[in-house]
Amino acid sequence: MADAVMTGHKYVTPTRKRSGFRKMMERKSTIAFLMALPLLILLSVMVLYPFGYSLHLATLNKSMTRFVGFGNFAFLFKRETFWLVVQQSCIFAITAVVFKALIGFIVAHFVHNIPNKGQRKWRGMLLVPWVIPPAMSTLAWLWLFDPSYSAFNWLLSFVGIGPIPWTGDAYWARFSVILVNVWYGAPFFLIMYLASLKSVPEQLYEAAAIDGANWWQRIWFVTLPMMRNIISITVLFSLIVTFANFDIVRILTAGGPIDKTHVFATWAFWVGIQSGDIPLGATVSLFMFPILAVCAVFILRDIHRRGNEA
Amino acid sequence: MKRGISRRELMKTSALAGAAIIAAPYIRGAHAAGKLSIGFWDHWVPGANKASTEVVQKWAEKEKVEVTIDYIPSQGDKNILTIAAEAQAGSGHDIFAFPSWWPQAYKEKLVPLDDVMEPLIKQNGAVNQTVQYLGKSDGKWLAVPATIGSQIKGPCSRMDLMKKHAGIDVQAMYPAGSAPKADAWNMDAYLKAAEACAKGGNPFGVGLGQTTDSTDTAGAFFQAFGAHLVDAKSNITVKSDAVRQALEYCVKVAKFYPADAPAWDDASNNKFLVSGKASMIMNPPSAWAVAKRDAPQVAEQCWTHGFPSGPKGRFAPFLPYFWGIWNFSKNVPAAKSLLTALSQKDAVESFVAASGGYDLPSFESFTTFKTWAEEGPPKGTLYHYPNPHNHQTLSMAAFPAPPKIAQQIYSQAIMTKMIVRHMQGEAMEKTLAWAESEVEGFMRT
Repeated sequence: MADAVMTGHKYVTPTRKRSGFRKMMERKSTIAFLMALPLLILLSVMVLYPFGYSLHLATLNKSMTRFVGFGNFAFLFKRETFWLVVQQSCIFAITAVVFKALIGFIVAHFVHNIPNKGQRKWRGMLLVPWVIPPAMSTLAWLWLFDPSYSAFNWLLSFVGIGPIPWTGDAYWARFSVILVNVWYGAPFFLIMYLASLKSVPEQLYEAAAIDGANWWQRIWFVTLPMMRNIISITVLFSLIVTFANFDIVRILTAGGPIDKTHVFATWAFWVGIQSGDIPLGATVSLFMFPILAVCAVFILRDIHRRGNEA
Repeated sequence: MKRGISRRELMKTSALAGAAIIAAPYIRGAHAAGKLSIGFWDHWVPGANKASTEVVQKWAEKEKVEVTIDYIPSQGDKNILTIAAEAQAGSGHDIFAFPSWWPQAYKEKLVPLDDVMEPLIKQNGAVNQTVQYLGKSDGKWLAVPATIGSQIKGPCSRMDLMKKHAGIDVQAMYPAGSAPKADAWNMDAYLKAAEACAKGGNPFGVGLGQTTDSTDTAGAFFQAFGAHLVDAKSNITVKSDAVRQALEYCVKVAKFYPADAPAWDDASNNKFLVSGKASMIMNPPSAWAVAKRDAPQVAEQCWTHGFPSGPKGRFAPFLPYFWGIWNFSKNVPAAKSLLTALSQKDAVESFVAASGGYDLPSFESFTTFKTWAEEGPPKGTLYHYPNPHNHQTLSMAAFPAPPKIAQQIYSQAIMTKMIVRHMQGEAMEKTLAWAESEVEGFMRT
């Protein structure tokens, strides 16, 4: 009895093992995992490690010799400049994303209505701001806004306006950084919305027209519901990128005048690198994470819910 | 007929050029005494890096050390980022060129250099109070003051415009080759001149932004009134009479600066001078050097001189660079030997000449090189730049606060922000309360 069992065991077990491994390898989820593995490793090295290191830095004292727990966070909550930065980051990101989405939506409709033959040229031209590296294009904007030799002011002087302190006055400086961000980011919305518009079935518009829907009703009851998911995803993506913006503000105003255009990333750099307080700089930069995480959860949950409804 | 360049030739040329770029400047001796890597500051002045390469090369050949030099620019704070990265990683260059505040910021990670500095001081003369304040901690030298990159940001005036609008002959006040006759050059004279020049359409080009030029100027004015935000014992002294007096004066005079001064960066004053609009800017001679190239008629009228004096004296911003040795260096003896070689008179004189007089040695006996006397046009325009007659106290904004607190006050431009806030209508006491709260935040250890 015992021999037979052993024999059976000897015979059966390796086959089971082999077939189990084969089965596992044949599973779609395993293949997907293996294919995603290089990206996961890359993300771990490039994102998770720096994130973890930032967390570690944020718990140290200024000279990085002592663990202070949440001391840096508590310290920031008491700083007037920190709350100014929070407020400005929100104003900057929300205003810029709203305008980018609005302009992208409107221009996407214009481009959609251009006959196919000429549409490609327009698409190419309108994408130009988005494909130029922002550090380079912002330098060009800096020259246009230059405190003393602004090309805009020179043009405005012909109609008796100005000179406008584009980067010298707090409100104009905020306007300038938002304007450049909208100029840079609107083409992304345009191209996403254009792709989405092209995928709306023509029959829906025909049905709406038969029902007597006017232009506005077609937009409201057909176009917008069909584009909801893409609008949510672009807004989420843009919100994250805009919140974390560094180059435009850094080049255009460096956070000035009197800190009135600082956003999280520029202030974190100023505090951490330029002022030599790396733990506090890391703490400032980490404040973006919960804000963006909350936005991401709400928007993605909404998309998921609509996906299930569909 | 063959036209242009073939793909194969292009690749070959690119590979050779790439190899040359990666390799240079690479100085190979017989390297019996090991290897050394240096992170020097990448000079603004074209060709100035060559002088340091030559001095290092000479030393490397003599000492049989294999040396690699990286010239790291300060544009975009690349040098500061590299310092932070090397300090975090605990590896990198052996010797690094640290901007003014950074030896103190990383003092725990630097090799003490008393054995290098003490003989150098004996040999070359004393160094000023600012160099000691920034380069020494607990009685130990953290780094050696570097000639390359060190500068005084004093007034550079347009002689013609100052004479025309304000009736001031700056050349007579600061004659080339002799001591200044500038007793009348005080805060009142500066204010009157600023007003007259602004009314004449050529305002003083002084910034009120958040970058170093603006902070340095504001700092020198505060020092002239004895206005300190934090004293040497870390007591906050924002709400003092001296600070009120300095702030009031600075706001009064700021009204005669260009309306967009709060948005100025370190390039703005240079551009303002070269454009021919400015009667005066506060800058080292780099702005004049650019004018010499791009607007010679402007450069011919420029004269570098001293700051106006205030109730507590005459102060000029001095920003020394330092060469320090990281404590993770594997060749400290060679690094110390090189720092000594870089501070010898011949080497220092060659740095000053290569930079057209921009670079300033910190040692007392090195302020009378012929470069400053002979540079022009006009000849002698830089004579008073290195403060040869000790006419003014070379200072650092936010001194005498302990360096780690002062660095925060400086880099966050608290003084210029105070001026702009008060100038834009904020009540004096509210501005002082804001500054006090900011400074309180810098007391973290």
